[in-house]
Amino acid sequence: MPMNDHIVKSYGEELDHLTAEVARLGGLAEAAVADSIDAIARRDLAIANNVIGRDERLDTLQADIEKKSIRLIALRQPMANDLRRAVAAMKIATNLERCGDLAKNIAKRAIVIAEAEPITPLTRSIERMGRLVSGRLKDVLDSYTSGEVEQAVAVWTRDREVDEHYDSLFRELLTYMMGDPRMITACAHLLFVAKNLERIGDHATNIAEIIHYQFTGDELASDRPKLDSL
Amino acid sequence: MDGQDVNDRGVDPVVLRARVGMVFQKPNPFPKTIFENVAYGPRIHGLASSKSDLEQIVESSLKKASLWEEVKDRLHQPGTGLSGGQQQRLVIARAIAVSPEVILMDEPCSALDPIATARIEELIDELRQQFCIVIVTHSMAQAARVSQRTCFFHLGTLVEEGPTEDIFTNPRETRTQDYITGRFG
Repeated sequence: MPMNDHIVKSYGEELDHLTAEVARLGGLAEAAVADSIDAIARRDLAIANNVIGRDERLDTLQADIEKKSIRLIALRQPMANDLRRAVAAMKIATNLERCGDLAKNIAKRAIVIAEAEPITPLTRSIERMGRLVSGRLKDVLDSYTSGEVEQAVAVWTRDREVDEHYDSLFRELLTYMMGDPRMITACAHLLFVAKNLERIGDHATNIAEIIHYQFTGDELASDRPKLDSL
Repeated sequence: MDGQDVNDRGVDPVVLRARVGMVFQKPNPFPKTIFENVAYGPRIHGLASSKSDLEQIVESSLKKASLWEEVKDRLHQPGTGLSGGQQQRLVIARAIAVSPEVILMDEPCSALDPIATARIEELIDELRQQFCIVIVTHSMAQAARVSQRTCFFHLGTLVEEGPTEDIFTNPRETRTQDYITGRFG
């Protein structure tokens, strides 16, 4: 989007820096989600522990973005699109930090799941859902850096796909648990993993809404196609 | 200044004025040409050894004040013929021409429109690399935008002093808090 530079250069630089920090946090969150799924699919404890250890970096960066946004609002008094950009940075960072926490939780469960007997068809389904969700996260983050709002809107419109995945996984897991009670522990963990992925999908949808507001100034209509899932 | 009371009888006011540049609320260019406005200070303080030396000082001062491009073809026209924002940058060029250590700015943007104000604020941001700038302003927003340290004075007494970020996001004094949030004053 063509935009003139601010007369006060350091102001423009501060805004750009804020956007870059959010993009960096996005990269970390995206990698954490993808790696946590890998940890489950490959039963890889090293990857799982690595994801858990990295979470602190996301927390620190999120706190830093929040501090810088508040500072910018207080000292620069941003207006119009600049104001939306500063507020969006803060809100997106909160959503991304939550994605990181959920990825960390998935990684913790990956460790427990790896100790039980492998249930390959289920972990395959989780992997598919995981890829779908990380793809959505990647799309909204691309949209954030490129400013192409349509990409974020597409993610927002397709929120239903994740819900459908979750519902079918839920039924699949119940079937396994009823069939063999020894699988209940692993299945219960997988159920939480699925729920976490569904929540990460929700965060991606939230981020899409924030991006739309940042670039257009309008809220996305609330009549998004939704599935009434648990 | 540097541990010395500027009101002390032993202080030579002429020397002090060369060390401390001043910019006021209303632009006050001399009723002379743009060139003479800037050349005046260096000339009376004997800072230029030749005509070309003086021309050099005038050019570099106008460049530092971000005015050169706008006036380089009309240096011998009256300074009073410039716009308000340009006049203010002209008196800033005049102030920095004598290479002061400190520049005092008393409400330098209160007579200017927002764009001219932004230009002065950008200039302040550039000049602070070389000069110590003390700015007095009634606009809290401007204090927040341009400064690194802020002092809050009320009725002549210093209420609070600290990093600008702290003053405007988390002041220590209730009176500062009430003033900047528009609750008292």
